[in-house]
Amino acid sequence: MTTAEPFIENNKIPDGKPLSVRFGRMVRAQPLGAAGAFVVLLMIFAAIFAEYITPYDPENSSYEFMLVGPSADFLMGTDQFGRDIFSRVIFGARTALMVGFICAIIGSSIGLVIGVGSAYFGGRIDLYVQRVIDIFMAFPLIIMALAIISIFGNGTDKVIIAITIPFIPRCARVVRSSALAVREMPYVDAARSIGYSHIRIIMRHIAPNVMAPFLIMLTAFLGEAILLEASLSFLGLGVQEPTPAWGLMLQGGTEYAESAPWVAIWPGLAITIAVFGFNLFGDAVRDILDPRLRANS
Amino acid sequence: MYSYLIRRIFMLLPTLFGAAILVFVLLRLVPGDVCDLKFGGEGGYVDPEQIKMCREMLGLENPMYVQFYEYMKGFLTLDLGVSMWTTKPVTEEIAGRFQISVEIAILATITSIFIALPLGIISAVRRNTWTDYVIRGISISGIAIPSFWLGILILLGLLIFTQKYFGEPWMPPVDYKSLFDDPAYNLSQMVWPALATGFRYSAVATRMTRSAMLEVLREDYVRTARAKGLIEKVIVNRHALKNAMLPVITIIGMEFAFLMGGLVVTEQVFNLNGLGKLLVESVEQADFTMTQALVMLAVAIFVVANFVVDVMYAVLDPRIRYG
Repeated sequence: MTTAEPFIENNKIPDGKPLSVRFGRMVRAQPLGAAGAFVVLLMIFAAIFAEYITPYDPENSSYEFMLVGPSADFLMGTDQFGRDIFSRVIFGARTALMVGFICAIIGSSIGLVIGVGSAYFGGRIDLYVQRVIDIFMAFPLIIMALAIISIFGNGTDKVIIAITIPFIPRCARVVRSSALAVREMPYVDAARSIGYSHIRIIMRHIAPNVMAPFLIMLTAFLGEAILLEASLSFLGLGVQEPTPAWGLMLQGGTEYAESAPWVAIWPGLAITIAVFGFNLFGDAVRDILDPRLRANS
Repeated sequence: MYSYLIRRIFMLLPTLFGAAILVFVLLRLVPGDVCDLKFGGEGGYVDPEQIKMCREMLGLENPMYVQFYEYMKGFLTLDLGVSMWTTKPVTEEIAGRFQISVEIAILATITSIFIALPLGIISAVRRNTWTDYVIRGISISGIAIPSFWLGILILLGLLIFTQKYFGEPWMPPVDYKSLFDDPAYNLSQMVWPALATGFRYSAVATRMTRSAMLEVLREDYVRTARAKGLIEKVIVNRHALKNAMLPVITIIGMEFAFLMGGLVVTEQVFNLNGLGKLLVESVEQADFTMTQALVMLAVAIFVVANFVVDVMYAVLDPRIRYG
């Protein structure tokens, strides 16, 4: 490990094993995480190519085919408006992923900036910011989301706001505790002594070094956002008809439970598999980025 | 201990006060005001009389500081105004539904303890065996299954099961009867939502029980207990479990705090007139006085539950000493 120079030819760092072998190793080291990643990729694929996979328009209702059971024509049957459930489940992945990614990325990014800023400035600013975060954290996720919806109304864009806002303090809290340690690093002192601006130090010197907790929170939020969106849509306060969304599709579920159980089964299964996949993926990300947690997980 | 208690209670107040301010500000952030939003939002005919009445009811004509004073006084005197929808006092509406939600919450917590403790212990004792993997699989899926879908599945299952074995489909009753008036009737109705909510909450508690047990089973005193030849059952139940209880209690307590959120969807599925359903209805009907009161109630329950957990910690773990 002293000097590796003679082994490096043409200034290239040797790659070691071919990609397929490294991929195999990763799968073996994190089998559940790989399964999660597979589900996530499958969902992304379904969301992007929804038009090519689905046989019908997800919003096209037809009164001839109301509540038709699963068959070769309608893989998962049709709903109370005669819409193809399979098409709606596939297009629902698009809605779920869109809400999931937007909320998780924006929520954790704003949280990152607030958390790092709070730790960096410290003192009174930190104290006040943390008290405000305390207050926000006293609202259970769905309660805060409902309070926001009561003001802004429902619809896909409003739901995104309602889910993003409660994520911000949760990420800020976690990022701050890591940033407190990074703040004391010599390179931060060095950056300060050169006279870099606060913003530059925060964005270029501290933020990149708290990526681990940031990414852990971001991946954890993905599943949570999908679940929350489904819950809100199920309550009729989230995504509105006729947009295909899994939670919304379950609304009719109890009503037609007797005559058409498939209405209630497929969208719920889609939510479960999606959240399951994102959670497994998130756990694997956490294991890789934060080895301390690995022992007791 | 008492001084710790008192200090801790005083720490609750700023959070509650801050949350009250946040709700107050949130409802006044709306462009125009909530009355314009409620009656003039759709762009159709706007009845100025109605808006004026609404403003008077909410005291929106008063200056801000008077509004805030009235608002805070409302919380302290438990006079939360009248519902903008039913025009009955908010406290009355809440009191009528409180019992249902509390009952489901308690039943759900009991369910989750009965699922989580045995599964968590078995999973820890049989670490890295198939039993362990299956239990961990169950607990991971418990987090992923939305409780409302589980509720729908339970209803579906009941329908199909009763149809098949009793000839006619059975559904849990819809009208509510108090537990004290008719226990059998009440339980036949409440057990299912409790199961749906409880299963979900058991997931985190199972994981917590498992990891707490694993940690304790590695301790020296467990080895000592083994060395002196105690049977495994005694070691697990008396020596390990007792000491692993602390984090488990924390999780269960915190989950109780989150239950109110969980009830929002479960009550909808089972069509129970609890607080969660009331909150959803109030959001739907733009009944801002009601929404505001219920949101604050959820926050208060959350904050108090966290406080109780903290105090239990101090009581149960003699190693933790508070000045």
